[in-house]
Amino acid sequence: MDVLRITTSGSVDDGKSTLIGRLLYDTKSIPQDKMEALHAASKRKGLDFTDLSLLTDGLIAEREQGITIDVAHIYFSTPNRKYIIADTPGHFEYTRNMVTGSSTAQVSLILIDARKGIVDQTYRHYFIANLLRIKHLVVCVNKMDLVDYSEERFSEIVDDFKQLTTQAAFKGQEVKFIPASSLYGENVVSKSDKINWYDGPTLLDYLEQIDFGHDEKELPARFPVQYVIRPKSEQFHDFRGFAGKIASGSFKVGDEVVSLPSLHKSKIKSIEKFETQLNEAHARDSVVITLENEIDVSRGNLLVKAGQEPEAKKEITAQVCWMDQTKLVAGKTYLLQHGINRVKAKVANIHSVVEVTTHRTREDVNELGLNDMGKITLKTASPIFADAYIQNPANGSFILVDEFSNSTVAVGFVE
Amino acid sequence: MNSIQWQFPRALEDEAIYILRETAAQFERPAILFSGGKDSITIVRLAQKAFYPGKIPFPLLHIDTGHNFPETIQFRDWLVEKLGLELIVRNVQDSINQGKVKEESGKYASRNALQTVTLLDAIEELKFDACIGGARRDEEKARAKERIFSVRDEFGQWNAKIQRPELFDMLNGKINIGENVRVFPISNWTELDVWNYIREEKLEIPTIYFSHEREIIERDGMYWPFSPYLNTTEEEKPFRSKVRFRTVGDMTCTAAVLSEADQLEDIIAEIMEAKISERGARIDDKRSEAAMEKRKQAGYF
Repeated sequence: MDVLRITTSGSVDDGKSTLIGRLLYDTKSIPQDKMEALHAASKRKGLDFTDLSLLTDGLIAEREQGITIDVAHIYFSTPNRKYIIADTPGHFEYTRNMVTGSSTAQVSLILIDARKGIVDQTYRHYFIANLLRIKHLVVCVNKMDLVDYSEERFSEIVDDFKQLTTQAAFKGQEVKFIPASSLYGENVVSKSDKINWYDGPTLLDYLEQIDFGHDEKELPARFPVQYVIRPKSEQFHDFRGFAGKIASGSFKVGDEVVSLPSLHKSKIKSIEKFETQLNEAHARDSVVITLENEIDVSRGNLLVKAGQEPEAKKEITAQVCWMDQTKLVAGKTYLLQHGINRVKAKVANIHSVVEVTTHRTREDVNELGLNDMGKITLKTASPIFADAYIQNPANGSFILVDEFSNSTVAVGFVE
Repeated sequence: MNSIQWQFPRALEDEAIYILRETAAQFERPAILFSGGKDSITIVRLAQKAFYPGKIPFPLLHIDTGHNFPETIQFRDWLVEKLGLELIVRNVQDSINQGKVKEESGKYASRNALQTVTLLDAIEELKFDACIGGARRDEEKARAKERIFSVRDEFGQWNAKIQRPELFDMLNGKINIGENVRVFPISNWTELDVWNYIREEKLEIPTIYFSHEREIIERDGMYWPFSPYLNTTEEEKPFRSKVRFRTVGDMTCTAAVLSEADQLEDIIAEIMEAKISERGARIDDKRSEAAMEKRKQAGYF
């Protein structure tokens, strides 16, 4: 059974809550009693829709203010797949939360109110999905019941959205349009009679068959060493294993590997997962790798296949999303965490900031504030071995940590 | 729907192992908060896998309220012995004796809330900078928003408003002096995931999870285990019945469900059935149980 992660966003009135509620309810992931309690609570609040946020807004401040502050995680399963929805608020610190929610997602679910068509938030959502290279986009044109299930209206919205994608889509991006009414459960889990002009899958059927995870196995092999296991026990006296989660690509026993930054070479002697010996392992597998000879490898080093070495970079240009109240200014030093490896990094240059609604860039900038998205250059104290994010997302992103507050202040995508 | 066909999603195990290794690498003195319940048993299994063939590099910290089920304590000691683990126990009774907390009174008296003080004292005394817990986001609303590395201040407090964003799988465990981190490797697991994992891994769990005969009393529509720690009224007469427990907390605040399920398969089937059943006794059970778990969470994490 695999795990499909979906990111979604929107304000409470665009039917997102009802849609997620449908998915939970129709897959029997929420008991009916709980759902009815939600209906009742929503009614008490004077709402004419079921506010699913009542289920997930657990923070007192959120309930007081009736807003979602943070990314909420919602879980449901079918016999085929486990789903995790990262539901991000549509208005509050939008960019920061949307980027956070999207960073682990394979699918971006964009909701469009059939009456309103494409709005500012649609642009922002699409921009972020693109920046993060989310391959599977599902554009759900919701509230079809309120436009008399009009095929014409649906086509109009599809055409409008396609204008966006012709400008910005990347190779391999798949966009699926689904007309639905979450209120009546049409095309969410069950097929709709009222939308008989649409012969595609329902939302859940589509999610069930999304094929993902193959690309990252095909990418250059990257294994960041998290932890060195040296039991020194009688039974495993000379055992020296490198524990980590494969970031991208695949490793096989016998593969010739290079350790970075030392450039020492060796061959893979074994790949182990607890008591099991594997012949090969792939992206996202947490394994222990042992090598033929005793080369110096420690935490933060990167094992790669010989011939696939990434370039050593001491100067990195990247798109960053700023996530902190304190602004980013040129000349300041941060800790750059690339995967698990930390190095000091200084902001050499702030090039531009991009307006996520219009996708326009401005170059007259000298700082980045909370939720700003911009392009910067960083100089690092020692080289990092990152790939360009668009080529290998798992080895192409980093976070910046403030050295004084220890907060995570930014996420970056290497160019 | 046949529960037996539902598999455990292995990606969750890879993720949890990654988190445990980050914890070992980023902190100087991490510990596993061990309650003897299914979630902390799962954490121990994951830690065993994360560092094999090495030993688990964390001690277990058990905050003993003195009101545990004897079966849980037996199980704890058996597991520690079997895996060669280091176990540290701190007792709520000591906190009571020291006058730091006061025993509750009345028929709902429990030591659940008191254990937080004992826990915070233990963290300070033993200088733990990270405590690994088995809490899950699906358990409780506030937990749905909590991070995998959750920073606590000197008073153990969680400030939901200034949580660090967690992007991709990058975990930032850098903290200031006095702060510590709670680590939740199975954040993304559901109750069913845990049970399926236990089944597939053939993990041993305390016997009270399985159907057994026990003395219980009925109170507020729930079945309470009868024990010397439970303050009962005249009307509350104990009787024997076949029950099991869905969560393992103290004997004073963990309700039983009437059940004949004595195999893991049956337990999983029961949980799934409870999900799809319309309002009825079982859903009521579940709801009151959720309240129990919530109390446990509020005290413990």
